[in-house]
Amino acid sequence: MATATRHRTPPEAPRNGRTGRRVRTRNTRRPAYGAGIGAALWLLVVCVPLYYLVATSLRGPGDYMSQGPLSLPQSLTLDNYRNVFEVGFLGFLANSLIVAFGAILLVLLVAVPAAFAIVRSRSRAVRVSFLLFLLGLAVPAQAVIIPIYLIITRLHLYDSLPAIILPTAAFTLPISIIVLTSSLRDVPGELYEAMALDGAATWQVFLRLVLPLSRPGVVTVAIFVGLNAWNNFIFPLVLTQSASNRVLPLGLWAFQTQYGTDVPGLMAAVVLSTIPILALYLFGRRHLLSGLAAGFGK
Amino acid sequence: MRTSATERPGFVWVAPALLFFGLFGLAPVVVVGYLSFTSWSGLGSPQWVGLANWSALPGDGQVRGGLVITLTLTALCWATQTPLALAFGVWSAGHQRVRAVVSAVFFLPLLLSTAAIALVWKALLDPNFGVPAQVREWFGLSHSNVLGHPTLALYAIVFIVLWQFLPFHMLLYQAAARQVPRSLYEAAELDGASGFQRFLRITVPQLRHTIIASSVLMLVGSMTYFETVLLLTAGGPGNATRILPLHMYNQGFVAFEMGYASAIAVLLVVLGTGLSLLVVRVTGYSRMTSQREGM
Repeated sequence: MATATRHRTPPEAPRNGRTGRRVRTRNTRRPAYGAGIGAALWLLVVCVPLYYLVATSLRGPGDYMSQGPLSLPQSLTLDNYRNVFEVGFLGFLANSLIVAFGAILLVLLVAVPAAFAIVRSRSRAVRVSFLLFLLGLAVPAQAVIIPIYLIITRLHLYDSLPAIILPTAAFTLPISIIVLTSSLRDVPGELYEAMALDGAATWQVFLRLVLPLSRPGVVTVAIFVGLNAWNNFIFPLVLTQSASNRVLPLGLWAFQTQYGTDVPGLMAAVVLSTIPILALYLFGRRHLLSGLAAGFGK
Repeated sequence: MRTSATERPGFVWVAPALLFFGLFGLAPVVVVGYLSFTSWSGLGSPQWVGLANWSALPGDGQVRGGLVITLTLTALCWATQTPLALAFGVWSAGHQRVRAVVSAVFFLPLLLSTAAIALVWKALLDPNFGVPAQVREWFGLSHSNVLGHPTLALYAIVFIVLWQFLPFHMLLYQAAARQVPRSLYEAAELDGASGFQRFLRITVPQLRHTIIASSVLMLVGSMTYFETVLLLTAGGPGNATRILPLHMYNQGFVAFEMGYASAIAVLLVVLGTGLSLLVVRVTGYSRMTSQREGM
């Protein structure tokens, strides 16, 4: 990783002939090497478990027991992957997809109109609502899991996919609204005025102006909500029970408790569970990164 | 004659979002407070018991122990994540292709779910077939059962949390570091400030807001470490990693003492918001008006 530490040195400008200072200036470039070496070390820390994950998923059971964890696999096999499909992986995958898309749809359905109102409305009630969303940002989902369990059972939704979708959507709503409002705030007021002069009703403004213009925000929110729904563990754990409603993270865990000794199989399941997110990441990397930075960088 | 004032969207447009968020986001905070005064097994209706749960809290050794472990874990996670995220974030903000590639790789752990990460590390730390066994073979160390050792298990969790969340905070610092005006660095360079001095005197102060935001997110987010702990050690060995959220979970969903668990949950909400407010207060975040002070 020596290349990681190479630093482009800009041409040195002569500094009033004071040679001592010029030497110091060149020295100023050195600490970046320190950070570079640190970054290279962290690269190793990130990559070793990832290598272990992929390599182990391709090992035969004998290979896993006899060889060291970090050695190169003696022979590669896809048996582990096939086994994962036999224990219901596709069902977990389908459930996770339903939960993710359900949550995304629900959030967008309520958050885009809300963001529109927050940006354009002069009503006091709307302003107070926005403050309530901001306040909700500080509520940790894990700490209120018991009342959520109570509400879900009272709504007769316990052990169903909507039981996961509803709270997941609710807890991603504040950040979604923040992202959407900040993307709509950049729309110049004249555009709204022009549409109003043409006699457009509010819902027409929403459909023809707000929806198209909020697209970058919508993509960011969709990715953020999807990622959250995909990774959530505690909501499905507490709010569902039967195997037919199992989402991927729970499926992985159940797999571990049932086939704990089959580590290569477990690692194959982990790899498979990551592929959809990895695809999303490769597809929408720019949006994902700027979205995360915009959503949390406040 | 001017047309009538532009028609503006009213409360109706926020109402669905607010109603929905109120039911699943805000109401639970109120309900958890109510439940903390009841006895409830999870079935049937909660029975009002007054202060019984609250008066039982101080006598519960696991609450006191859990509080200490929670605070220790939070502090250790904050102290390890912040400097590394700051350093790597600033480093990766530089304009070099290799930095962009490296930070893209850094990002990968964020794509694995908490459950997946816990399973990978559990296998990786396996006393018989994992890395510790290998390291013991190489160096002759005495402890290969990392997750079975009270102190090592806690450090392992700190490390795994670092592994998972570092890229996220790195990203925040990266985005913020790119906003720092270059003129500040050029001026400092002319004054002969070393790279480290520039980092300390320009970068860090300019990133103050991000440091605070990231720290608050870590403090509130420390509640999510609960899933890692549950999956990795389930609070063990003994009670060595039994953090307060895990104690709440066990009381509520294993022992079905939902009322008592709610009292612990209220404690957690207060702890989380209290710590965040303290950070914001101590750092004087609320008093700052300019985003770019010193400019």
